[in-house]
Amino acid sequence: MDLSYTQEQQEFRKEVREFLAENLPSRISEKVRLGKRLVKSDTQEWSAMLNARGWLAANWPKQYGGAEWDAVQRQIFEEETCLAHAPRLVPFGLTMLAPVLLAFGTEEQRQRFLPRILSGADWWCQGYSEPGAGSDLAALKTTAVPDGDHYVVNGQKTWTTLGQHANWIFCLVRTSADVKKQSGISFLLIDMETPGVTVRPIVLIDGQAEVNEVFFDNVRVPVENLVGEQDKGWTYAKYLLTHERTSIAGVGFSDAALATLKHVAAHTMAGGSPLDRNPHFAARMAQVEIDLMAMRTTNLRVVSAAAKGQAPGAESSMLKIKGTILRQELTSLLRRAAGPDAMPYLPEFLEGGDNTDPFGPEHAPSAAPTYFNMRKLSIFGGANEIQRTIIAKAILEL
Amino acid sequence: MDFNLTEERAMLRDMLQRFLGERYDHDARRKLIASGAAYDTDILTELAKLGILGAMFSEDDGGFGGTGFDLLVVFEELGRAGTIEPVVGSAVLAGGLLAELGNASQKTLIDEVIGGATVLALAHGEPQSRYDLSHVHTTAQADGSQIVLNGTKTHVINGAQAETLVVSARENGTKDDELGISLFLVPFAFEGVTCIDHRNVDDTSGARIVFDNVRLAESDRLGKAGNAFAALETATARATLAVCAEAVGAMEAAKALTVQYLKERKQFGVPIGKFQALQHRMVDVLIEIEQARSAVVNLAGNLEAERNIRERHVSATKNLIGRVGALVAEESIQMHGGIGMTDEYALSHLVRRLTMIDHLFGDVDHHLERFITLSAA
Repeated sequence: MDLSYTQEQQEFRKEVREFLAENLPSRISEKVRLGKRLVKSDTQEWSAMLNARGWLAANWPKQYGGAEWDAVQRQIFEEETCLAHAPRLVPFGLTMLAPVLLAFGTEEQRQRFLPRILSGADWWCQGYSEPGAGSDLAALKTTAVPDGDHYVVNGQKTWTTLGQHANWIFCLVRTSADVKKQSGISFLLIDMETPGVTVRPIVLIDGQAEVNEVFFDNVRVPVENLVGEQDKGWTYAKYLLTHERTSIAGVGFSDAALATLKHVAAHTMAGGSPLDRNPHFAARMAQVEIDLMAMRTTNLRVVSAAAKGQAPGAESSMLKIKGTILRQELTSLLRRAAGPDAMPYLPEFLEGGDNTDPFGPEHAPSAAPTYFNMRKLSIFGGANEIQRTIIAKAILEL
Repeated sequence: MDFNLTEERAMLRDMLQRFLGERYDHDARRKLIASGAAYDTDILTELAKLGILGAMFSEDDGGFGGTGFDLLVVFEELGRAGTIEPVVGSAVLAGGLLAELGNASQKTLIDEVIGGATVLALAHGEPQSRYDLSHVHTTAQADGSQIVLNGTKTHVINGAQAETLVVSARENGTKDDELGISLFLVPFAFEGVTCIDHRNVDDTSGARIVFDNVRLAESDRLGKAGNAFAALETATARATLAVCAEAVGAMEAAKALTVQYLKERKQFGVPIGKFQALQHRMVDVLIEIEQARSAVVNLAGNLEAERNIRERHVSATKNLIGRVGALVAEESIQMHGGIGMTDEYALSHLVRRLTMIDHLFGDVDHHLERFITLSAA
């Protein structure tokens, strides 16, 4: 074993750091640093910069324009971009759909869709959950009925993150009804500009409409938009979810949140001394840091063990559970650190259009909304309860 | 010992529960919030008619209650319904200070509060005070026969809706001394008073109020000069009890929604409440809510006890409520899944209030440390 970074890895970190210093606009990183809300163009602008450098698709093969980084490089990149307060990359095309197309799509589909993900021409969203199919995803009811060289899609998806910005959605649809529920599912790519697609925003607990309902009313989808074989979609769906879970672990986000928390705690006076001198608060902060130090290595161990370009198996559920617990605890500590200044709800400040005095320290207005928003981490991508069931079955064989 | 409510309090509770059930359901509440109003003036008037505001004051002060158990009963119901009306800031905090320190002419305001005719606010917290009650940097300086007030107050509960403010200011002593703090009655419309109103995360209202050379008379002072700390601490103890009881009401409402959801929501062909993993967690939530209720009962029963005993209960209860509040909020959302996070559904509103109560009058960490200090004394 050797925990030290190689010369090349250290060079790579330096290169990433320099790129960030030169390219990441402070207008955008300030928003991320203060937990303000990003607009579509912020994400697009940053993605275009990374793409120009060849760094947008970290895990894709080089032949499709990817960086083809190994696990350590990916971790270094995530750490550096998070610490520099770069916007989160939208994962739906890059780290969810693309691995599925690379593994199960046709070459024609790869050539058609992958370049448009890189260029930003397409913004993808995920059509998995339905009102009656959440944790029990395979219970989904949205149907796709073959009709000549088309499928006719009817049904409803929900919790579609950033669906309001998307022009394409990858969907799990039911193509066979009278079989075991996992066996009749297909993986379909749908152009959201097709007649019959309606998107309705859902306002959440933090006041944002980050997720949507997507309705399909006799939507005609060309058969060439089917990925892999009809009725084999569940296999692809699970493959995608394993990739998704790995990125939800979010060690880099936790690193950045911890750095922010330490800064805030050092500059917040509580009972006559800085909050990081308060034994109870300091203990809780230290506990998270200790867990995070181990988590970084757990993440690397699991991701390194998987074959190149592949996602880990059931171990990804472990990363998802532990990673989301830590991220949520960090948002809870940041909320507590803000004290009474966590109370005002200042949407104008959070939207970034107003830089007036936020009634307290600059980090305070987003503290409670972010705490509430991040409750989603233990729910989406397969609730943490489902991850525990996966581990119990697949690893413990219970 | 007797853990039953008196007949009068049980009637008060039933009446309030019925009224709020009819008039303050989730839809009505969402409409009110969407309207942008800080609260429903009609509801406040009705609460006054029902005697809810009178229940905050003793008979000597024109009310018919004012004890810890009166606060407990009323605020549990207000919390269950998620009301945003100005009761704790106006009647308990500012009204409580008037009752404690006011002279006969100043106390006439109490009748108006009880009748729902006016709203008061306590302007005490400051930009750097966090949860320290003795941190008062606003100054009150004598200028001939007048007193001149200068300073900034933050997170004033219903500050912009109040007609009269009870303002703390330092007349002597340094920085964070308990001694030297006075209270003054200041009409909101007074020259030199400026206010920025804001909505809070939980849809209650707060304000930042600046006092710029506000000129007062000696007769505007509540009680003796420099001697208001003990009364502030008592009023805060009562307000802490109020929001803790409110939290128990919100917890009960969150629990009811979650249990109902566990029974109704089907996944994998069965109601999710059939899964033992969720059953056990819901049971833990139930146990902790019972603990929360007991902690509130403890505080209510010790509200008139000697200072050290009372304040130990204040910190014990607020710490426990903060911990259980977070557990109930987080577990209720988790067991609901995405639906629990939507603004449309009542749970997210209860969760926001429960969470923000941790930020009022001292959070979990503040009161843990304070409990240790008080216990060592």
